[in-house]
Amino acid sequence: MATMNMIQAINSAMDVMLERDRGTVVFGEDVGYFGGVFRCTAGLQKKYGKERVFDAPIAEGGILATAIGMGVYGLRPVVEIQFADYIYPAFDQLVSEAARLRYRSGGEFWAPITVRSPCGGGIFGGQTHSQSPEAVFTHVCGLKTVIPSNPVDAKGLLIAAIEDDDPVVFFEPKRIYNGPFEGYHDRPLVPWSKHPLGEVPDGYYRIELGKAAIVREGAAVTVLAYGTMVHVAQAGAAEAGVDAEIIDLRTLVPLDIDCIVASVKKTGRCVIVHEATKTSGFGAELMAQVQELCFAHLEAPIVRVTGWDTPYPHAFEWEYFPGPDRVKRALLKVMEG
Amino acid sequence: MSQTSALRLHVPEPKARPGEATDFSGLVIPAAGVLKRPPIDEPDHSMRDYAFGMIRVLDEAGAAVGEWDPKLTPEMLKAGLRYMLTTRTYDERMMRVQRQGKTSFYMKCTGEEAVAVAQAMALDRGDMLFPSYRQQGLLIAREHSLVDMMCQVYNNTKDRLKGRQLPVMYSSKDSGFFSISGNLGTQFPQAVGWAMASAIKGDTRIAASWVGDGTTAEADFHYALTFATVYQAPVVLNVVNNQWAISTFQGFAGGEQTTFAARAIGYGLPGLRVDGNDFLAVYAATKWAADRARNNLGPTLIELYTYRAAPHSTSDDPSAYRPDDEFKRWPLGDPIERLKQHMERIGIWSEAEHTALLAQVDDDVRAAQKEAEGYGTLGVKPASAASMFEDVYKDVPQHLIRQRQELGV
Ligand SMILES: Cc1ncc(C[n+]2csc(CCOP(=O)(O)OP(=O)(O)O)c2C)c(N)n1
Ligand SMILES: [Mg+2]
Repeated sequence: MATMNMIQAINSAMDVMLERDRGTVVFGEDVGYFGGVFRCTAGLQKKYGKERVFDAPIAEGGILATAIGMGVYGLRPVVEIQFADYIYPAFDQLVSEAARLRYRSGGEFWAPITVRSPCGGGIFGGQTHSQSPEAVFTHVCGLKTVIPSNPVDAKGLLIAAIEDDDPVVFFEPKRIYNGPFEGYHDRPLVPWSKHPLGEVPDGYYRIELGKAAIVREGAAVTVLAYGTMVHVAQAGAAEAGVDAEIIDLRTLVPLDIDCIVASVKKTGRCVIVHEATKTSGFGAELMAQVQELCFAHLEAPIVRVTGWDTPYPHAFEWEYFPGPDRVKRALLKVMEG
Repeated sequence: MSQTSALRLHVPEPKARPGEATDFSGLVIPAAGVLKRPPIDEPDHSMRDYAFGMIRVLDEAGAAVGEWDPKLTPEMLKAGLRYMLTTRTYDERMMRVQRQGKTSFYMKCTGEEAVAVAQAMALDRGDMLFPSYRQQGLLIAREHSLVDMMCQVYNNTKDRLKGRQLPVMYSSKDSGFFSISGNLGTQFPQAVGWAMASAIKGDTRIAASWVGDGTTAEADFHYALTFATVYQAPVVLNVVNNQWAISTFQGFAGGEQTTFAARAIGYGLPGLRVDGNDFLAVYAATKWAADRARNNLGPTLIELYTYRAAPHSTSDDPSAYRPDDEFKRWPLGDPIERLKQHMERIGIWSEAEHTALLAQVDDDVRAAQKEAEGYGTLGVKPASAASMFEDVYKDVPQHLIRQRQELGV
């Protein structure tokens, strides 16, 4: 066991896989010599050499396309897109190519690629360093979408993603790289070293894709969250003084619907929290599925707490970011219903 | 030859890493004045040398030599020097206010001032500029208000962009300066579209755009050159080769095997490689390309060869990936020092005048800062949060009105 923040845990996952599997290669903008703008690949080039860990041209479409080619050859590329906001030039390669290759070739060709990318706000990054575009990818069949909320999960899920034979989009909420941010921007951040989930096994382990985690058991209401919002939801529930059952989805596709349904049937109420914009956000999918499968058990309308339907505005970081107070109000509202 | 050995992947490597001394002796810097200035209707295929040589006017001694000398008036030279000094001083100030926590982020263009300043001066005031984030000199040379620029950096009550954009992502329709995106390269083909529209409408204005060396790797670069050549769009397309893209040297954009100006050849347009730290060369090459575009003779690609002396941004620490003293060793020097040397040499400038100008520029920037800070700094007296819901669409739709009410602003 070692104390790791999320950056170190993610680094460790790639380190383990580079060591275990000669087919693992890591590349992306600034990831080689420098080790990435968030330092997630620090030291890997030195350890595994320039042919397995290297810098890439600033061409996200090219990065994805070459990763697909390498995947077809039989390698396991792990590529970094510097910010989720810059993934769109790679969109065609992801959506039309990586996601459908297995299907259109009758199972003859596939590309087991992992696309890592820092996402989310809370860092004063403005509209091009704060986005949460997960729903854009969950809508695409053939892709898996993962968003961890802590170092232990980040490492285990990333190893599972790298070993997965399908393309996986792995979003890393950058606001919680260094500590579990609960949305209180005016309080000092507690580092991962002070949190039990900052204790990470050194070697190889997997956390299966498609398995949610119940981070707090409760009887009154189910809260569905992922990434940074897992921590904000816990803070919001504490503020509301409501006995909430908080579920960290961890993987959006495939979704652990059984875990969600069991919880909502128990509590009869549901609040969904995500940072991404509301309209057609992943919360809409969650609402639909909960309604389809738990309708008779619901005692109040499901409520969503999300980012507003605007681009992320630089000066209004905290007006935009869905903080604990908004979660609290949502919880009180569903409890009234 | 039959294949005998195992294949190997080539991964480019810069000349030096931290702790090493960069050896620029392998860099071929042609002498100033050797390239002739062709007529603006010269066919592209007879101009291939310009993509591999380097247009240079100022020699080591500060003399303007050769056919490319634009023969600027003393007033223009003085204005150019003032704009470059203002740009550098403005950058220093804004970097400092970021360190003081008055804003979140800043990006300097130190060492690259001649690019934006000379190019803005060589273009017409009505020409439309599609810059990247490192051409603040364009606004300064167009005499855009420093206070207005600072209000954007501070995201304060007078920020015309209403607190929505990261500092330095300026936008000014009045100054013909297109909104900076943050997503690299997108503006390059957009500039071509603007230029095509100008041609469709029988206008006289042309467009110009800028990308960094690293950004040439984006597909948008290919789109821009393809559309520009197909429609012979009246546009000047610039690659600012400042050697670095954050931690990645220009070899990772393909600069190890050829020049960026040479990209033009495959598309059938002239590619000019220019000493980007030579104010006169930058002015002359840009004027040539602008005249060509304005006379329906088509687009030009210009590579401005320079060096990013500053960190990439306030979030960057270059000592982790390149030698600290690389700029000092940079063979093309400092654009401000080189223009100053030239002006002294031709007898229109003195050390005393320079000192006075520096003091004047410093006063101007300080005064602008004082005024701008009167309108607030990031988080202290910001633009109104209610405006966050405006301009997503032309009219604010129902669902956004409800979301605004939910936020309570
Ligand atoms: C599409 C996209 N990908 C990645 C980034 C992140 N990024 C911002 S600046 C930069 C380096 C750009 O280098 P260059 O084009 O040489 O311009 P310079 O910064 O040197 O002026 C990168 C990778 C981005 N802004 N947009
Ligand atoms: Mg550059």
